Amino acid sequence: MVLYRRLWQASVFSSFVLPVLFVVSIGIGVGGYVGEIDGWDYLSYIVPGILASGAFQTALSESTFPVLGAFKWTRSYHAARATPVRIIDMVLGWQLYIQFRVAAASIVFLLVSAVFGAVHSPWVVLTPLICGLLALSTAASVSAFSATIENDSYFSLLFRFVMIPATLFSGVFFPVEQLPAVVRPLAYASPLWHGVELSRSAMLGGATPWPWAVHVGYLILLSALGLWWAWRAYSKRLRD
Amino acid sequence: MIYARGLVKRFGEFTAVDGIDLDVAPGEAFGFLGPNGAGKSSTMRMIGCVSTPSGGELRILGKDPVRDGPAIRARLGVCPQTDNLDPDLHVFENLTTYARYFGIPRAEARRRATELLEFVQLTEKATSMVEPLSGGMKRRLSIARAMVNEPDLVLLDEPTTGLDPQARHLVWERLFRLKQRGVTLVLTTHYMDEAEQLCDRLVVMDGGKIVAEGSPRHLIDTYSTREVVELRFGDEAPSSYVDKLAGIGERLDPLPDRLLLYSADGDAAVSELHRRGFTPSSVLVRRSTLEDVFLILTGRTLVD
Ligand SMILES: Nc1ncnc2c1ncn2[C@@H]1O[C@H](COP(=O)(O)OP(=O)(O)OP(=O)(O)O)[C@@H](O)[C@H]1O
Ligand SMILES: [Mg+2]
Repeated sequence: MVLYRRLWQASVFSSFVLPVLFVVSIGIGVGGYVGEIDGWDYLSYIVPGILASGAFQTALSESTFPVLGAFKWTRSYHAARATPVRIIDMVLGWQLYIQFRVAAASIVFLLVSAVFGAVHSPWVVLTPLICGLLALSTAASVSAFSATIENDSYFSLLFRFVMIPATLFSGVFFPVEQLPAVVRPLAYASPLWHGVELSRSAMLGGATPWPWAVHVGYLILLSALGLWWAWRAYSKRLRD
Repeated sequence: MIYARGLVKRFGEFTAVDGIDLDVAPGEAFGFLGPNGAGKSSTMRMIGCVSTPSGGELRILGKDPVRDGPAIRARLGVCPQTDNLDPDLHVFENLTTYARYFGIPRAEARRRATELLEFVQLTEKATSMVEPLSGGMKRRLSIARAMVNEPDLVLLDEPTTGLDPQARHLVWERLFRLKQRGVTLVLTTHYMDEAEQLCDRLVVMDGGKIVAEGSPRHLIDTYSTREVVELRFGDEAPSSYVDKLAGIGERLDPLPDRLLLYSADGDAAVSELHRRGFTPSSVLVRRSTLEDVFLILTGRTLVD
């Protein structure tokens, strides 16, 4: 059931035009100084990471304010609640919308990357799926979180202490092995790291640090838990 | 259509609905009256199968709202107290998108949306966004949206609060037409005239309980007198006259600004007043209304 047809143009613009500009400027500008990582030029190294972190950020931003807003400000979930639509339909409907957003952004991003010569493996066709899974594993639990809070000030904490560190230290810009050993487990816990490594492997053709099934399995596990939590949180919020 | 026995709703320690019994028959227009916080909306949300009863028995359209929620909601139309229209969509899409929630095919949804906008006289606003609409227009759109699934039972929580008199009359007229088509209406209101105009039967709620039940006429006959005299005294507080006027009429109610004197014969009461030498600064004899019943039952005037 397609529940949401929303304002596309504006959001689509920011969700891939910005990362594309980012790649162009960092890859070409900084790349000259950094040299190579794992035998790849810096542009090729970071493009898969940027792609995954774009999906991660879309997932985060679409499951914070829009979700809280639909409970609190526009009360669209309450509107839907008065119809035969079930709570699980509301949860999945919104995740489906995020999937569309992420898929469209990933595909455009891949085309641009290909033009810049950052695609090195036929497995690249899997990256939109990887991004989708990464987005689901992130957005499901963040939506659940958004459904439990009353006040949007929690979001700035979430952005500051979760999103930004995750983006910086999940292997997007440099390998996680360069982090001090004590903080590495945090990167391993982050869905973004698993998404980045899968995406990098798919675009460059190399092996993933851990068996790929572990990365995929972890993301699926997070997604399942997140969806379950979201269903619980939505139900609780809409019960009275 | 609705059957409730000992229905209770608690929010934590607080009991918002405290054991009420209801029976609403098909085709009936049923009203809830009551001061703020009486538990009207809480009851409506339980009837709308969006809020789980904390106790008692409830059947909507012969079904159990907890088990058959989606099936019941498919046949209900709900206009909530606070509008929850979708601000990202324009007026027409608000209706068609909502229709999709009921699994109504697109073409049919468009046909109904067109018809409903006509019905609530919003046709020329079809492509306007929701936000710039006036409060009354939003309310009418909410009502139209509640009709989109051609419901058997329509729940309206304060359908006309905040509307100008013209818009209210329009809404009443539309609701009356729905009733004529055989749709069962359940509404809450703070307006006595609305209850008198629309409801075949109503209940007065206070503090989560039903304090009176019946047709508007029946309630007036039972709880009030035929006429009411409104007295104003220039000098002293109306309450100071309660003792002095004892014996005139059947009941005296001092309000902050005036004194209400209930009597079967208002004019006789006024002559008696003059005979005793009282000279109120203003005297108004009128027929008793539901408002008086409300005041007698809840000890409060209606507050919005
Ligand atoms: N979700 C909730 N959580 C806690 N308390 C609630 C909740 N909803 C309602 N209440 C309380 O229950 C009581 C009854 O509320 P309700 O909205 O049913 O009143 P009402 O009769 O509709 O009043 P009004 O005329 O103001 O709309 C109020 O005291 C309110 O504070
Ligand atoms: Mg209410």
